[in-house]
Amino acid sequence: MALLDLDHVTHFFGGLKAVDDLAVSVEKGELFGLIGPNGAGKTTVFNLITGVYAPTQGRICLADRLLNGKAPFQVCGAGVARTFQTTRLFRSMTVLDNVRTAFHPALHPGLASSILRTRGAMRAEAEIARRAAELLREFRLERVADRRSVELPYGEQRRLEIARAVATGPRLLLLDEPAAGLNQTESKELMDLIGWIRNRYDLTVLLIEHDMRVVMGICERIAVLDYGRLIAEGKPEAIRRDPRVIEAYLGEEVPTS
Amino acid sequence: MQEFLQQLVNGVAWGSIYSLIALGYTMVYGVLRLINFAHGDVYMVGAYAGLFSALWLRAGTEPSLGKALLVLLFAMAVCALLGVVIERAAYRPVRRHPRLTSLITAIGVSLLLENLGIVVFGARPRAFPEIVRSQRLELGSIVIGSHQFLVLGVALILMLLLQLIVHRTRIGKAMRAVSFNADAARLMGIPTDSVIAFTFALGSALAAAAGVLVGLYLPRVDPLMGLIPGLKAFVAAVLGGIGNIPGAMVGGLVMGIAETMVVAYLAPTYRDAIAFALLILILLFRPTGLLGKREVEKV
Amino acid sequence: MSAGIRFLRLLAIFGGILGLGTLLPRAVNPYLMQIITLSGINIILAVSLNLINGFTGQFSIGHAGFMAVGAYLSAAFTFYLGRDGVAALAAAGVPEGVAVSGFLLAGLILGGLAAALSGLLVGLPTLRLRGDYLAIATLGFGEIIRVILLNIDAVGGARGFADIPPWSNLTWVLVWSAVTIGVAWNLVHSTHGRAFISVREDEIAAEALGIDTTRYKVVAFVLGAFFAGVAGGLFGHYLAYLHTNSFTFIKSIEVVIMVVLGGMGSITGSVLAAIVLTALPEVLRPVREYRMVIYSLLLIVLMITRPQGLFGTRELGLGRLGRRLRDLSVAR
Repeated sequence: MALLDLDHVTHFFGGLKAVDDLAVSVEKGELFGLIGPNGAGKTTVFNLITGVYAPTQGRICLADRLLNGKAPFQVCGAGVARTFQTTRLFRSMTVLDNVRTAFHPALHPGLASSILRTRGAMRAEAEIARRAAELLREFRLERVADRRSVELPYGEQRRLEIARAVATGPRLLLLDEPAAGLNQTESKELMDLIGWIRNRYDLTVLLIEHDMRVVMGICERIAVLDYGRLIAEGKPEAIRRDPRVIEAYLGEEVPTS
Repeated sequence: MQEFLQQLVNGVAWGSIYSLIALGYTMVYGVLRLINFAHGDVYMVGAYAGLFSALWLRAGTEPSLGKALLVLLFAMAVCALLGVVIERAAYRPVRRHPRLTSLITAIGVSLLLENLGIVVFGARPRAFPEIVRSQRLELGSIVIGSHQFLVLGVALILMLLLQLIVHRTRIGKAMRAVSFNADAARLMGIPTDSVIAFTFALGSALAAAAGVLVGLYLPRVDPLMGLIPGLKAFVAAVLGGIGNIPGAMVGGLVMGIAETMVVAYLAPTYRDAIAFALLILILLFRPTGLLGKREVEKV
Repeated sequence: MSAGIRFLRLLAIFGGILGLGTLLPRAVNPYLMQIITLSGINIILAVSLNLINGFTGQFSIGHAGFMAVGAYLSAAFTFYLGRDGVAALAAAGVPEGVAVSGFLLAGLILGGLAAALSGLLVGLPTLRLRGDYLAIATLGFGEIIRVILLNIDAVGGARGFADIPPWSNLTWVLVWSAVTIGVAWNLVHSTHGRAFISVREDEIAAEALGIDTTRYKVVAFVLGAFFAGVAGGLFGHYLAYLHTNSFTFIKSIEVVIMVVLGGMGSITGSVLAAIVLTALPEVLRPVREYRMVIYSLLLIVLMITRPQGLFGTRELGLGRLGRRLRDLSVAR
């Protein structure tokens, strides 16, 4: 069953067509890659799914529920979480607090209860703290729980952002270039992490990435975008050899006479 | 009908004053994304500079066109210098800080200028010498004081000069580049610090001219005279689209005419509130202003 | 912490305030009393504004408008209904002190609610504006509120509102300061506090985590406005006279300066800065012509050298006391 369905989605920014009649589905539990040259519209697709923009045309559905027109926080409530091309951590907060914030929408007590420090409010806070600590352990970040998030090395910051996204309890996780800026070892760790969280948290993962080792290494299916249009879709092996994909990235082959 | 045309001329005269001040706001916002709260007080300093030079030249008792011109140029020069000094001393150190910090610094400079003005000039209002003799002009059935024409004329000339500078000179092109993207401009070799200083000088000079014109028109100056007109000119700049130079001119005119009409035909007590009402309306329905463009944040 | 201990703690705080409120006026001259009382009112203003500006990151420079709404509404309530109401209750056997307190409390709450409503009306349309634009819009609203109040003759108009029942005093101010600080502290040190801060730090990321940023901005505005309104009510009933000149944007700027000086995001910072900045004009009285010049120079220097203010986003922690204060906050 398709968890995420993009049905003939088109999006204009003024006169510029950023996404052109995109039709693609992601099955439940899949590890799906979205690749294409820079400016192909990949992050725009993420922004359309998460409600930052409303698509000019077309429908975006999560398990047959329409996502069009929902505000980003509502899309998250429907089960979609994301990370960003450049990490958007809450810089002045600790690692622990970044994650605790993610548990807020699901577990928060009422405002009045929090002001009056009722027993119910205290219990909710304890639950948030417990779950956040547990998540940090699973992501091997418990040692740095009290450090300010901005002080972490870059690889750990990226890991924290993913942990934070997972904390919202999503069904679909969108990762925007998670390997950007990581070295080879870190990229390998990332690949293991993504595979692990997909299984551990029963997720479907949609991944934008430029690092081909990562894409070919973990994605089960790949869609290729160029100038906002879908130019190829299929298993990694097929995509790797697809001439249209090669042309999009490298340009046309110059005939040697 | 006469009454209406009379008020219209009034409104356009005040409107051009607001435009002159608004241009300073909009140019600085364009290059620095800073609301220069102190700009209205620069206008006040310009009025006083004009006052003192007029007294020294005895331009009030023995007026001449040459003296009047000297008074204007002196005031503009003083304020151009003041603008550069303010930028260098107060705004440049906080340029990389968050926006609220710059805003508060600007408020601090504004308070400083006003209170220095009170200490140095005295809080009592002073009369501005009549450096140009006023004449009654009759155009058909309308009677207009020549001062209104003078205000209009000088303002128009200055705005034309500004347009020439911004669109026909290299420094003008540099200003426009910096207002589009300061980092890119710097990378292209444009000396952004100098361009910003020049922008301040230009905007402050225009405010000074407005100060001298108002001194002549009212004819009264006091250390707090920049407060309300400064705020109104800022609203005018937002109205036209903050960062947009023709917008500031249009915004000023709209502000002046709207205000004069409300005072004439509705109620004088709401005079100052009109500016804020316009501000709220514009921010709610068209925050980029009449002539402005949308700025989109990249996610 | 059990309910019993919490109740005892509240009782102790309340008792302490009552004690201060009765003893201090006898020990201290009226001039100093006025400074202390006005400091308390400014504490309420600064802490409530910090909720909006500091913790939620919304540039609001129209706080004086909310204060004015609260001041005028509560004053009108007690002026037109209070005296007669107290007399009527006295005739029915209710002690005057109780009746007066009751009416003042009702007036303050009504003023606060009216201010909260105006906070909602200002907040809803303006909260989609960014940074500078929001600041200017709030400034504009503050001025519009002031001009409207200036034109209502029933509350004095241009002559000012005189003869307001002088029922507020230091005790009332201290109680409400404690309430404001308590509410703000509890809120900020809860999961809601993290939600507010997330809105300040990165709205887009906060939304992506499921936080309704618009709702939280509005909540901050409404709560902040409520307490500003209460502060206004306390102010009006202390001076027994009101004029819109006390609520210009200069007043709003003064409160902003308190919040910035103390550190946006630090409640203890706001408290200390409010006290310092209420006392400072009096300390500078000998050089009073230069007072504002010095003040504005200090402000500029502060922004250039230490823009995060005294405490930045941290609370004052005096070793053991600091750790105890932190323990009072959320369970780890």
